[in-house]
Amino acid sequence: MIAEFGLAALWLAGALAVLQLIAGTLALSGKGPGLAGIVRPVAMMQGVLALLAFASLILLFWHTDLSVKLVALNSHSAKPLIYKLAGTWGNHEGSMLLWVAVMSMAGGFVALVERRLPEPTMLATLAGQAFVSIGFYAFLLMSSNPFERLPQPAIEGQGLNPLLQDIGLAFHPPTLYLGYVGLSVAFSFAIGALVTRQVGPAFARAMRPWVMGAWIFLTLGITAGSYWAYYELGWGGWWFWDPVENASLMPWLAATALLHSASVLAARNALRAWTVMLGVVAFSMSMVGTFLVRSGILTSVHAFAVDPERGSFILALLAINIGAALTLFALRAATVTEGERFAVTSREGALVFNNVMLTGILGIVLVGTLYPLLAEAMGTKVSVGPPYFNPAGAMFAVPMLIVMAVGPLLRWRRDSFSRVRAALVLPLPLLLGLGLAVGLAFNRGIGLLPAIGLALAPAIMLASLLPLRARSLKRTPLPVWGMVFAHFGIAVAMFGMASESAFSSERLVAANVGDSVEVGPWKVRLARIEPIAGQNWTALEAKMLASYAGGAATEIDPQARSFWTPPQQTAESALLTRWNGQLYAVLGEQAEDGRWQLRLWWKPFVPLIWLGGVLVALGGLLALIGRVASDLRRYVVREKIADRRQRQGR
Amino acid sequence: MNRFLAMILLLAAALPTPLHADDRLPPAPYAYRQLEDPAQEQQAQTLMQTLRCLVCQGQSIADSDAPMAGDMRNLVRQRIAAGEDPEAIRQWLIERYGDYVSYAPRIPSSTWPLFAMPLAILLLAFVLLRRRFSRPEETP
Amino acid sequence: MSEPAAKASRWALWLPLGLFGLFVALVLYGLMRPASHDIPSAMIGKPLPEFNLPAAQPDRPGLKRADLATGKPRLLNIFASWCIPCAAEAAQLSELARQGVEIDGIAIRDHPEDLAGFLSRYGNPYARIGADDVSSVQLALGSSGVPETFVIDGQGTIRYQHIGDIRPDQIPLILQKLAEAGQ
Repeated sequence: MIAEFGLAALWLAGALAVLQLIAGTLALSGKGPGLAGIVRPVAMMQGVLALLAFASLILLFWHTDLSVKLVALNSHSAKPLIYKLAGTWGNHEGSMLLWVAVMSMAGGFVALVERRLPEPTMLATLAGQAFVSIGFYAFLLMSSNPFERLPQPAIEGQGLNPLLQDIGLAFHPPTLYLGYVGLSVAFSFAIGALVTRQVGPAFARAMRPWVMGAWIFLTLGITAGSYWAYYELGWGGWWFWDPVENASLMPWLAATALLHSASVLAARNALRAWTVMLGVVAFSMSMVGTFLVRSGILTSVHAFAVDPERGSFILALLAINIGAALTLFALRAATVTEGERFAVTSREGALVFNNVMLTGILGIVLVGTLYPLLAEAMGTKVSVGPPYFNPAGAMFAVPMLIVMAVGPLLRWRRDSFSRVRAALVLPLPLLLGLGLAVGLAFNRGIGLLPAIGLALAPAIMLASLLPLRARSLKRTPLPVWGMVFAHFGIAVAMFGMASESAFSSERLVAANVGDSVEVGPWKVRLARIEPIAGQNWTALEAKMLASYAGGAATEIDPQARSFWTPPQQTAESALLTRWNGQLYAVLGEQAEDGRWQLRLWWKPFVPLIWLGGVLVALGGLLALIGRVASDLRRYVVREKIADRRQRQGR
Repeated sequence: MNRFLAMILLLAAALPTPLHADDRLPPAPYAYRQLEDPAQEQQAQTLMQTLRCLVCQGQSIADSDAPMAGDMRNLVRQRIAAGEDPEAIRQWLIERYGDYVSYAPRIPSSTWPLFAMPLAILLLAFVLLRRRFSRPEETP
Repeated sequence: MSEPAAKASRWALWLPLGLFGLFVALVLYGLMRPASHDIPSAMIGKPLPEFNLPAAQPDRPGLKRADLATGKPRLLNIFASWCIPCAAEAAQLSELARQGVEIDGIAIRDHPEDLAGFLSRYGNPYARIGADDVSSVQLALGSSGVPETFVIDGQGTIRYQHIGDIRPDQIPLILQKLAEAGQ
């Protein structure tokens, strides 16, 4: 029953999306005056139905209804409840349903709350959201029906893979998904604004919380994913420029640029066409990323759920959506007036610079990711990796970060550096001093990029606090706090990255039980090796006693695990975190002479990479809260002063 | 990143489980052993991070437990210990496996668009922005 | 690409769509191309590198470069006892040997006892077997896995690389490549 209900809800939601598109389009073209009134309710209904469909699927997984094919394939009655629930979105069909549900709920929510935009723009926006959704409904209903029944209920599910039962794994994908799909709202707003040519501060303000929310999820998703790779792969690497990683980075880069250009548009009514463009690009990158991951056309360590048919379907969807949006852009953007002007040396100027640089990095990542495919089309096989991405990305990132430090100090519209110079009295000497120190150390084998990072990061950290100077901290608006946190977080992460690549020490040794190994300031003694058994694995666990600079010893226990269903060996690394870095230990195989392979790293300040990511996300959250609160306040004020015209900028 | 997730999903989907059983031979001498000279080890490490593991399709030989990656690390370390230049070793491998084996695209080969790309972006940005910024100066 | 919008740069407005069109064309190609993860050796057409491997089995000599440049085309088979496709390929190699093809083997990272078991179970078509315990010759040949089979001509030049196991219906192909190498 539940499955049929879910399927019916899904069909109905799809039908409502079609209605929403038709009614919105007709109302816009003035053909159905009565239709304008139904678009919002239909959008809300559609959101509710999509949510019900998704809830039905969760319920099916909760009860482990083995007559449903998806449940039978991906779940098992003996799984812990939390993993049963997480199993809902841990597969292709369920994740697409999650995608559609989030997208429709977002559309419904926009229909419910957004009252600032002119009604025609809202109609066009909701029609745009429906247009995008319809494709995904069609995809689900035609080729990936999550509610399909088995002719005979299965006796037991097939999804008891222990490797899948991991808390990070359960929540990492939906986090990224929320980010991906949240950007669809920005996309629809951009479409709506293009259709009615109403690109202005109200558009930017309406769009901004959605972009901000999506961006927070993307930031957290990428940060958590990087930590997982670091922890799980057992070689201490935290970013590999793998196509699957790049697929999540690209929407983030576009969304970051969009956030900044939207704030220019909101505050100063400038960068109109460009902001609209970024609104289109950001969600496009989400779809491109999903396509790259799902279609498996690029060689990744794990071509994941590779299915050319699904790949073609997603490609068709994204070609229609993005193609239509970009065509609309090309036709309309020329008639979107240019907006307010500003000088090079101004807040806007700095933000434009930031946008160009972010776009540059996005271009680098996109081209670098796709290049192997292009080369193959031309008949050669190439690999593109860190030696390309790092320097090419840094070419744009370093100037951008410098401007990031100065930009927030500039005034809107027109300013001069001489005014700002006074504020930089601290960071600049710090930068020069560190630059000199690092320059001296440079001869000792630190790479150029880490050296630049080490010199820049502390100066940028300091500079990112400068917007708070001469302010009463209590009365500083939350968005300013958010910006400070985010910029500070970027610098913190950069310091972690630079320190990790400049100062990591590595020891690969074959050790007897009782031997001590030194790595960096640590002395690690292999005390003993013990067999240990888990639910569905056995492992050899090394008891190691690690002491920092002759201090007291702490025990760490890396394991070499063997699973039997499916047979799989994994190395479970052990981490020991101190304020100034992390000790990373991996137990390898036993050699013929009885000694054990150990891999040990001391990575100074490496946790700052992820701490920085969390700070960035936290900054986003503060800004989001601040914006929403002030939007609410403004809304209340507007209610009170009823005769005020709505298009009054601040 | 998704890497881990995807790795797991791959296992779950029971996609091609490796057709190779494990060999029983101990790893090559320098697969899991560092060179005595830290400077040389540093050189080797830097090079290994930019060489592709040919059997893992997406990892460098510095982050792989595949036996062949171990043998490649052994080759790199032994040649560096013998005083060979890292770039000469890269070249030696490219002569055998093509550009695929190296994560560092070379300029003279077919990868020039990669290097033209950043320049093109900068140029385009400059052309478009120059026009944007030059006007407000006249009409402040 | 940027805000410019201004009437003067309309071409820029079509640029994103154009770039997107290129992207779609490229990934369409990617979706339609036959999936191949083979990494061909760049050594084809080049002379074999110098090498000298010890014997992998007591009853067969080891293998060095000079053994392969005998004036007559030969097969060089890269294999291992721990590799399952190699076992599947053994019957085809025996058939080729029966038809008079001379085959030399290089055993990759193999234990002598395992190898002996493998050869006694699946047959031993090899004239010589070199033991390559650290893949050094495999790397020198540009071979990226097991099994792979190289056709070597009489002068010791690599003429053809067969990636993966030789299927029964591929025997004529191998014979043809050998004949081409003999001309």
